[in-house]
Amino acid sequence: MDKFENFTGIVCPLDRANVDTDAIIPKQFLKSIQRTGFGPNLFDEWRYLDQGEPGKDNRNRPRNPDFVLNDPRYRDARILLTRENFGCGSSREHAPWALADFGFRVLIAPSFAEIFYNNCFKNGILPIRLPPVEIGYLFSVADGPEALRIAVDLPRQILELSVGERLGFAVDPFRKHCLLEGLDDIGLTMEHIDEIRAYEDRRRTLGPWLFPGNGLEAA
Amino acid sequence: MGAKTLYDKLWDEHIVRYDDNGTALLYIDRQLVHEVTSPQAFEGLRLAGRKPRRTAANLAVPDHNVPTLDRARGIVDPIARLQVQTLTENCADFGITELGMDDPRQGIVHVIGPEQGFTLPGTTIVCGDSHTSTHGALGALAFGIGTSEVEHVLATQCLLQRKSNSMLIRVDGILGSGVTAKDLVLAIIGRIGTAGATGFVIEFGGETIRDLSMEGRMTVCNMAIEAGARAGLIAVDETTIEYVRERPFAPQGAEFERAAAHWRDLVSDQGAEFDRTVPIDAAAIEPQVTWGTSPEMVAPVGGRVPDPGDEPDPVKADSTRRALEYMGLRPGTAITDIRPDKVFIGSCTNSRIEDLRQAAQVVAGRRVATGIKLAMVVPGSGPIKAQAEAEGLHQVFIAAGFEWRDPGCSMCLAMNADRLEPGERCASTSNRNFEGRQGPGGRTHLVSPIMAAAAAVSGHFLDVREL
Repeated sequence: MDKFENFTGIVCPLDRANVDTDAIIPKQFLKSIQRTGFGPNLFDEWRYLDQGEPGKDNRNRPRNPDFVLNDPRYRDARILLTRENFGCGSSREHAPWALADFGFRVLIAPSFAEIFYNNCFKNGILPIRLPPVEIGYLFSVADGPEALRIAVDLPRQILELSVGERLGFAVDPFRKHCLLEGLDDIGLTMEHIDEIRAYEDRRRTLGPWLFPGNGLEAA
Repeated sequence: MGAKTLYDKLWDEHIVRYDDNGTALLYIDRQLVHEVTSPQAFEGLRLAGRKPRRTAANLAVPDHNVPTLDRARGIVDPIARLQVQTLTENCADFGITELGMDDPRQGIVHVIGPEQGFTLPGTTIVCGDSHTSTHGALGALAFGIGTSEVEHVLATQCLLQRKSNSMLIRVDGILGSGVTAKDLVLAIIGRIGTAGATGFVIEFGGETIRDLSMEGRMTVCNMAIEAGARAGLIAVDETTIEYVRERPFAPQGAEFERAAAHWRDLVSDQGAEFDRTVPIDAAAIEPQVTWGTSPEMVAPVGGRVPDPGDEPDPVKADSTRRALEYMGLRPGTAITDIRPDKVFIGSCTNSRIEDLRQAAQVVAGRRVATGIKLAMVVPGSGPIKAQAEAEGLHQVFIAAGFEWRDPGCSMCLAMNADRLEPGERCASTSNRNFEGRQGPGGRTHLVSPIMAAAAAVSGHFLDVREL
């Protein structure tokens, strides 16, 4: 995973609550066995006026002019501002893959669904929870004639708005560390392999039915 | 040590270690694998030169993409076919047991886990699928994960986790006739909201839950995720133990008795404290029908579609307005005036034998109404299909004009050929009524199997008790 670097980006306001992962990346694109290439189909059913299919050339598809991602102000957005419970529904990691592939690195909402929230950190995306009052304020300034820009400072946990204010945010220290260092979780867990082995030895004594002999050893 | 909740017990039993910051390394006993969320995980293992830590802790099955008709022809869609083939190849390469498309045990991943005895009480179970919460019905700590975590579990048999808060949803009273586990869980979601349990593990308790069959308990836990919960749990009792007994991958004989003795302790202790308790009166629940694009947008069958103008919260009012526009419904419409075009009985929520038996009872001697373009039953697994056929249920459905299909996820998420066309309305026993879930532009109304059956034979939603 690439290290998370501080950046200044345009904020795209997606003013909807309970945006589910089916909306973020519709199911027909989940047939891919790759991790990349989902960006053009991010929010496919809202973004285009026709039906998207895997393999279809997205460049000439009719776009929905009313959908915020098609607004020229937000074309290069890297920060998505949205409402509560963003990312609910299916556990598909294709949702953060699509957001990252489009270029989003930071998501700001009052709350996120849990599986989605976890998946973001595995893909270099920083999901930021802010109080509803601050979210309301950000929506009010993000919709101006000039797009709102925010300078994201993860080490100091500060958002600096192009309109002047500064907002602090909270993030789990371990997750912050992993983002900043671009750490591979599996590598970190492997450092504790002796403890895993010791646990398995204890568990084998307490619950032998969970170990070989359960009929699942590969033929 | 004070009184523990069931969640505390499951959590404590699976801790490998804690980090300084309180993150736990949690041991995972079992992983279920399907074709959609695993290819990139296996590829990740390959790229890093890693192997699964314990092949026998995994069980794979294709379900999302499999056709429910003419299975002998294979999968027509080349992209879907490649994904299913990729699962088979990955399982062969890494030594993981797969119940392939032609295996008589194949079915929906959350149906076959318990059915085959792979899901056991007291275990931690994960799958790259949010409805993994289903398995909590057996007193297992079960939750959905993303593909990176699928890879993490394959490689290490562990996950990094923080403990969730605990919520007790205590359901007391007797469910009325025609009111099922599905109505109960829809009513709960309507009450606490689609994010009402975010950050929580829910334990469903109380006499009503105790009285549910295992099938009913699985329906309830299946939809815990629709309230945002990390997991849903139901304490182990004799119903659980008898369900697991003699299942193929479950311990057998003396080993089973030893396991069962351990499992009987998988209940919340008397006096255990929960962070939040929600009491529910089962007797007050009516059959439920969703009217919107989130499972919390639900009403009793005797109710009406709400008016966004009555909603004081502007964000909620906006959501309601959008949902009604998408669903093609006017405020104030009686639920019983809504007429579906299609009826789908299936999914990991409601495709088990009890669901099919109950639906067949409603359908018996009746015909699918003329306004219904398609009514289909998709059993959850090969063994369920075989059992239903042994009982003659398929004849009941077919005689009434239903299609009787092969097992898979099917029209719950429409990754295969089974889907709604734009604007079509469906009475569905599945779990999500999101925009486009059953096909782009499709309109989903979530109901119980008997309510779906009643809608099929009458052409509109109606209280199944009036049939």
